[in-house]
Amino acid sequence: MTIEEKTSNSDWVIVFICWLVASVSTLGSLFFSEIMELAPCALCWYQRIFMFPLVIILLIGLFPFDKNIIKYALPLAIIGWGFAFYHYLLYSGIIPESVQPCSQGVSCSETYLDLFGFLTIPMLSLISFSIIIGFLLILRRRRSK
Amino acid sequence: MKKQHIVLFSSVSLILLFVLGIYIYKNYQAQRLGFMAQENASVFVREYSQTLGSDDAKVYLIKFSDPACETCAAFHPFVKQLMGANPGKIKLVIRYAPFHDGADYFVKILEASKNQGKYWETLDTMYKSQRYWASHHNPQPQRIWRFLPRVGLDLDKIRTDMKNPDIVGIINQDLADAKTLNVRKTPGFFVNGKPLSRFGYQQLKELVDYEINKYY
Repeated sequence: MTIEEKTSNSDWVIVFICWLVASVSTLGSLFFSEIMELAPCALCWYQRIFMFPLVIILLIGLFPFDKNIIKYALPLAIIGWGFAFYHYLLYSGIIPESVQPCSQGVSCSETYLDLFGFLTIPMLSLISFSIIIGFLLILRRRRSK
Repeated sequence: MKKQHIVLFSSVSLILLFVLGIYIYKNYQAQRLGFMAQENASVFVREYSQTLGSDDAKVYLIKFSDPACETCAAFHPFVKQLMGANPGKIKLVIRYAPFHDGADYFVKILEASKNQGKYWETLDTMYKSQRYWASHHNPQPQRIWRFLPRVGLDLDKIRTDMKNPDIVGIINQDLADAKTLNVRKTPGFFVNGKPLSRFGYQQLKELVDYEINKYY
């Protein structure tokens, strides 16, 4: 295997990991809403809007491998991360509830789920977006070399 | 392994994991609720809850409902049909989950009709006339008063009785129990503590039949 092939293989693996994270997050959020019947609040919906398409876009970028995937996937991930971060601040009470955008229906700041005592849904979302952004940035750096 | 195979394998594994998760979660819920049914039956049936059917019935059908919910209205005749098909075996328990905006109002009327001994007649009439006062694009709660005389209710007495603060207490308790039992949509059915895990007429009939076969 030539050096060039090796690099492109690791690049592929990086995008594959991002796809895996996006898929797990998508299925996870569907599990919360459809199976556990936790209705998604407005902020959750915005995060879903930016997470769900990543599954498709990243998959397309894998076959055949397309380095331009960074250009398409990174903005989605960053915007999603922004919503997740805001949601996380709201959840942990750093931003008071009075300034939250969603007032009717499901509350964005009420805790519905607590895994192992510290993992909440907004935190899971924040972690997923962070991992995806992290890997995409690594890929960009490798590519620009 | 080829790249295509890696992705295919991952996809299939993730979906299998998802399905397995559904299975485990539903099982866990059923067990938890089954345990609750034995240890803490009052979550399902409160002292004040309205019940229909023989006291000797061994199958308790609990319905968390909202007078303004269309699906609840649609299920009402079906539930009665189920009870008619199995005389004396089913006891229907009505619990409130007034999730629609302003649905408390109708629960109050309904509860007030208890004092005149016309609870079930009022419920029937409410569900039958629901589309006239609870349409989603144009709810007109006041219109319900037109239909109540059909039941033979003393409307002035209803107006006074529905202000009784005890009714608010009933609604709050029912909503709290609905939360405990994970009822987030109406109607929420439980048969002897078992939740209706897949929603539908046929599924409800199967669950009821299963419990009837177990006890009779």
